[in-house]
Amino acid sequence: MSDTDTGRATGRRDPVVEALDIHKSFGDLEVLKGVSLTVDPQELVFIIGPSGSGKSTMLRCCNLLEQPTSGIVRITGEEITAKGVDINLVRQRIGMVFQSFNLYPHMSAIGNVTLALRRVQKMDAAAAEAKAHEALSKVGLDHKAQSYPSELSGGQQQRVAIARAIAMEPEVVLFDEPTSALDPELVGSVLEVMRDLRESGMTMVVVSHEMRFAEQAADRVIFMDGGVIVEEGTPQQVFRDTQHERTRSFLARVTDH
Amino acid sequence: MDAFLDQFFNAEVMLRYLPDIIDGLWVTLGLALAVIVTGIALGLLLAFIRAFQVRGVNFLIILFIDLFRALPPLVIIIVGYFGLPYIGIQFSGFAISWICLSLVLAAFAEEIFWAGITSVHKGQWEAARSTGLSFSETLGYVVIPQAIRMTIPPLTNRTIAITKNTALASVVAVQEMLTVAQTSLAYAANTSPLTLAAIGYLLVFFPLVLLSRWIETRFAWKR
Ligand SMILES: Nc1ncnc2c1ncn2[C@@H]1O[C@H](COP(=O)(O)OP(=O)(O)OP(=O)(O)O)[C@@H](O)[C@H]1O
Ligand SMILES: [Mg+2]
Repeated sequence: MSDTDTGRATGRRDPVVEALDIHKSFGDLEVLKGVSLTVDPQELVFIIGPSGSGKSTMLRCCNLLEQPTSGIVRITGEEITAKGVDINLVRQRIGMVFQSFNLYPHMSAIGNVTLALRRVQKMDAAAAEAKAHEALSKVGLDHKAQSYPSELSGGQQQRVAIARAIAMEPEVVLFDEPTSALDPELVGSVLEVMRDLRESGMTMVVVSHEMRFAEQAADRVIFMDGGVIVEEGTPQQVFRDTQHERTRSFLARVTDH
Repeated sequence: MDAFLDQFFNAEVMLRYLPDIIDGLWVTLGLALAVIVTGIALGLLLAFIRAFQVRGVNFLIILFIDLFRALPPLVIIIVGYFGLPYIGIQFSGFAISWICLSLVLAAFAEEIFWAGITSVHKGQWEAARSTGLSFSETLGYVVIPQAIRMTIPPLTNRTIAITKNTALASVVAVQEMLTVAQTSLAYAANTSPLTLAAIGYLLVFFPLVLLSRWIETRFAWKR
């Protein structure tokens, strides 16, 4: 963990995400060996690293889809790993987008977006639909509101999944390899939506292998390997002035092809 | 040949016993529908409860379903009708048949629903929980609707198979179609009432089979 000056100046507000010394074991396998992650408001943090390095697990510890074995997670200053915290309340403030989209196949696009608005945020049907149309418009898919997931391309499905996450007006959105399951020609449309989201000031944590996107859009890049953060800094620092051999060999491998 | 026709298709006998058979048909239909509704509802409820993975509760549920799947429905009905009065519980033959067959259907339906619930992809749970839906909301709005769609073909098959056991109610003096047919047969010394009953069963169960086919196509969705 380096102390390098990173990210944009964002004033003195609490970090949106503050994960401190996270350890996570599955049985005997220690997947995270003390990882700390701080994400400031409006920051886009990129996490890269080889398969099995613990990137997804780290992301999932941030909204407690995985319970850390030890360590503390705070969301805008509130410790969510503390006893007695209503995790369902906290998760409304943290959006998540998955590699495999995970849209509900029995609901239309708009049904996917309104479900949590209605059941979690207790909006009435009209308000939830208005909100959902707004979110679908942001991802350019309002005209597909009535389509079912099976009638949408992978890229469209992922954009609906993004709409589902942002409709809740979260304080941060976690992306776990949002484009890895997509055909190459569909990747661009999803990245474009993410770029728009970033422009609108959304705080984002992105696990992805889209290095070009990282270079253009990320405030900070974190390289993980073997359950620890090996290197972090601005895209310039990590990609151009690489400090560690492990990072260098990883970058050589992923940019080769 | 004439002897055969006279034995099974005697118009005069058929006409005489038709009203009785029709009365029996209504009883059979009522029993069948009651069993379907309560059996499936109870099976779904048990599967819902089982998803919460409370140890003692799940042990009881699994014990119940294994027991009722193992025992022949006829044995359950007889034990219920002739055995329960010894511990001070008495129901009519109709009620006993309804309860016993419902329990049998519930046992099989629970197992089918449970298989459906566990086969819903883990990502569906994660997506729903990540938006703040609780465990039971996720189960109710996301997982069970998908589980039900997956389970419709095995469930309709099983439902039809178990519902046909309404004929077993004849052993506990329920005036359903088979009972009526057997009584009439004895009076008339002719098997034509049985032919009527066979037609009656077709009338009840053939639409049920068609309905299940319709439901299967209606709820199948493209993947
Ligand atoms: N639920 C689980 N049970 C047991 N082991 C797990 C579980 N989830 C993850 N692991 C293990 O933890 C390690 C890290 O997994 P993780 O998914 O965090 O890696 P990753 O960096 O996201 O890899 P990838 O790039 O392949 O997605 C892997 O060895 C994986 O097998
Ligand atoms: Mg991963």
